Amino acid sequence: MIAMPLPDGSVLMRRGEIVAALRQILPGDHVIDAAPALRAYESDGLAAYRQPPMVVALPSTAEQVSQILRYAHDNGVKVVPRGAGTGLSGGALPLADGILLGMAKFNRVLDIDFANRCAVVQPGVTNLAITKAVEHQGFYYAPDPSSQIACTIGGNVAENSGGVHCLKYGLTTNNILGIEMVLVTGEIIRLGGKHLDSEGYDLLGLMTGSEGLLGVVTEVTVRILQKPETARAMLVGFASNEDAGTCVADVIAAGIIPGGMEMMDRPAIHAADDFAQCGYPRNVEALLIVELDGPQVEVDHLISRVKAIAEKNRCATLQVSRSEGERLDFWAGRKSAFPAVGRISPDYICMDGTIPRKRLPEVLRAMADLSRKHGLRVANVFHAGDGNLHPLILFDANKDDEFARAEAFGADILRLCVNVGGVLTGEHGVGIEKRDLMPEMFSEIELTQQQRLKCAFDAQGLLNPGKVFPVLHRCAELGRMHVKAGNLPHADLPRF
Amino acid sequence: MVRPITPRTLEELASHVADAVEPFRLQGHGTKPTLGNPVVASQLLSLTKFSGVESYEPEELILEAGAATKLADIEKLLRQRGQMLAFEPPDWSHLFGTSSSGSLGGVVATGLSGPRRLKSGAARDHVLGFTGVTGAGDIIRAGARVVKNVTGYDLPKLVTGSHGSLVAMTAIIVKVLPCPETEETLVYLGLEDAEAVRLMSLAMQSSAEVSAAAHVPGAGTYLRLDGVAPSIAYRRDRLARHLGHNASIMNEKESGKLWSSIRDAKPFAKLKSSSLWRISVAPSNGPAVTERILAKLNAKHFYDWAGGLIWLAVEGEPDGGVLLIRSAFTSGHATLIRASDDVRHKISAFQPQAEALAALSMRVKQSFDPNAMFNPGIMMRA
Repeated sequence: MIAMPLPDGSVLMRRGEIVAALRQILPGDHVIDAAPALRAYESDGLAAYRQPPMVVALPSTAEQVSQILRYAHDNGVKVVPRGAGTGLSGGALPLADGILLGMAKFNRVLDIDFANRCAVVQPGVTNLAITKAVEHQGFYYAPDPSSQIACTIGGNVAENSGGVHCLKYGLTTNNILGIEMVLVTGEIIRLGGKHLDSEGYDLLGLMTGSEGLLGVVTEVTVRILQKPETARAMLVGFASNEDAGTCVADVIAAGIIPGGMEMMDRPAIHAADDFAQCGYPRNVEALLIVELDGPQVEVDHLISRVKAIAEKNRCATLQVSRSEGERLDFWAGRKSAFPAVGRISPDYICMDGTIPRKRLPEVLRAMADLSRKHGLRVANVFHAGDGNLHPLILFDANKDDEFARAEAFGADILRLCVNVGGVLTGEHGVGIEKRDLMPEMFSEIELTQQQRLKCAFDAQGLLNPGKVFPVLHRCAELGRMHVKAGNLPHADLPRF
Repeated sequence: MVRPITPRTLEELASHVADAVEPFRLQGHGTKPTLGNPVVASQLLSLTKFSGVESYEPEELILEAGAATKLADIEKLLRQRGQMLAFEPPDWSHLFGTSSSGSLGGVVATGLSGPRRLKSGAARDHVLGFTGVTGAGDIIRAGARVVKNVTGYDLPKLVTGSHGSLVAMTAIIVKVLPCPETEETLVYLGLEDAEAVRLMSLAMQSSAEVSAAAHVPGAGTYLRLDGVAPSIAYRRDRLARHLGHNASIMNEKESGKLWSSIRDAKPFAKLKSSSLWRISVAPSNGPAVTERILAKLNAKHFYDWAGGLIWLAVEGEPDGGVLLIRSAFTSGHATLIRASDDVRHKISAFQPQAEALAALSMRVKQSFDPNAMFNPGIMMRA
């Protein structure tokens, strides 16, 4: 189990006073302090970790967020921001001595601007609701994390969420134009807007994926796109992971960027087919779903090219969707991979490393070895186009040490990803889940630099402490002005 | 500007920076020497030795190169494999009277993107990682050779467009994309600014996947279509029905020339004495903003990014027209790209920021460069 910072007794003793102060800022029922109600917030999508917060605050305006943060800042109280709580890395895990800042009441679409291809929404609006709000004009919001029916755009910004279409359409960070946010001091700032590029440091880019450690987003301007006219999918089976991997590389090297390119290994194919009865070929080692989208004529043209590439790579089976219904059937198994695995195993954890694609066969082989070493099964679904692996480790939490073994297995997989030149997380975030593995990827100097940056936003370390960084430092320890001979060098010079 | 220092290795660079007492002006090939505010520094830190492509894997869509690698060399290499830098980095050598399009590090440090920014994103969307030395003399690496990564803060984005004020970059990892197989441009003649921007907006709202949209007053309104040939033909017809205007078609070669010219602000090439501005606003606001400015200033203009990027050349204003320009809109920014030394020393090259944001930006700077050793003053005047 990953340890969280010990609660501050002096803050816990002031709980009554803190709750009362929040009630001065918010209407009474927007402050939750009764134990049974707090339990609803005790975990996010990383459900193995649970901790009821000290109190939940549910603001509905940026001004209220500002007042809450200013109060927390002035009184040394920690704050954990939360969207819908669907994150998979524990980024919204509450703290026993912290305020949980629930953003669910920010649920309005403020402005839809088709002329500028953007929408201004509050952070508690769900990902899918943005598409629902603009689809009557043929538009959609491109990033599509699998939790899109529930996850909020504010959470997507915090985690820089991806989805199966991000190879072609980008992650959250590539699809937002601006935010309004509140600093821990209560100051409200705006970054970007409806214009395309902004000057100054790219704090919008920095905020995206910062996991609630730098500020609280209170408004988001997203780019919306016209839906592709049509989409067709191909289901391609291979007798080896090597052939499937080479096929993926060849498609991209041929200059084709599919709307989606997913891969599943044999255990995942079987689990998905058993669950969704989707007619996947069961005697192949690897299955690719390749989706091409755009005008019909372009899709047909590219399908024939991908088909030729798949055949060159000795595909064992190949089907092309002939109708929208068939396309959705191809996806049905992949989209139900998680519940499907949930059916064959009492528990599972989902990992999220990214690797250079060409290393896939060797990573899958090494993963099979690790599976034997830890005595646990693993099924792989894989955003093949961008190298993002989702190994699902199967275990039974009721069996003595299986959870510990699953965590150790997961950590070994992520180390493997880093060792082949990849990264710990492609789209789920570090949170608490991968926090203690950060030194596998970053030197101490690099981690210190990232924490100094954190200090620029939050000098007291009150926003979401215990996440992302394995060791908490006080900002004063990290600061380092080279003061030589007792004098600040060039005190008269501009410092920016 | 004296005493250029030219480190040969990352370690040498780090030790120069760590030991330095005087601040540095950072330089690659020096092709955008006057972009940003005037730098107050007594030493020149030349990064020219960090040159050369370290790895290029077309099937992974990844290229890593030394920061001083010439952009032209990278683009040539990519073209051989049918790939490109999809943010269409500009070549402003004619604006600054310099000899080449500069280095990868230069275009990343200045965060410059061309016409395709409209569809494929900005420079920042294509920078996946870097190696470099902070103003404090620490060697740091950020990002990785993968296109999808959310591990830790997105420092590659922060460093892109930071004008060398945070980190001296030695190597950069970028995402590359396949070049379209072919392209053509639809040309509409005789449209007023407002009509042209409306037309471009309608085109962008269609599913025609327009990859660039510009309007040059007195010349034409341009929409670029690219991809595979049968798809272009289909989208051209769709667009014609959707827009209801008559367009002529510019072939691949002419289209390529046109968009290089827009990208590089060639329509302004001859205006040697004017102050050049690049104004970024919501695309539909472009014409109104321009109208407010032209009512008071003697200026020429054209639009890129479907109206969202206004290039403006202002004649004969001792302050470059800054007050009028920056009061012509409430959301967006106006960047001074080139002006006389007089103008540059008088006004800020960048839009002044609200107080809280300016203070935050200053703290961000200090977190990398506590003693203001790198390009002091370039982003915010003292």
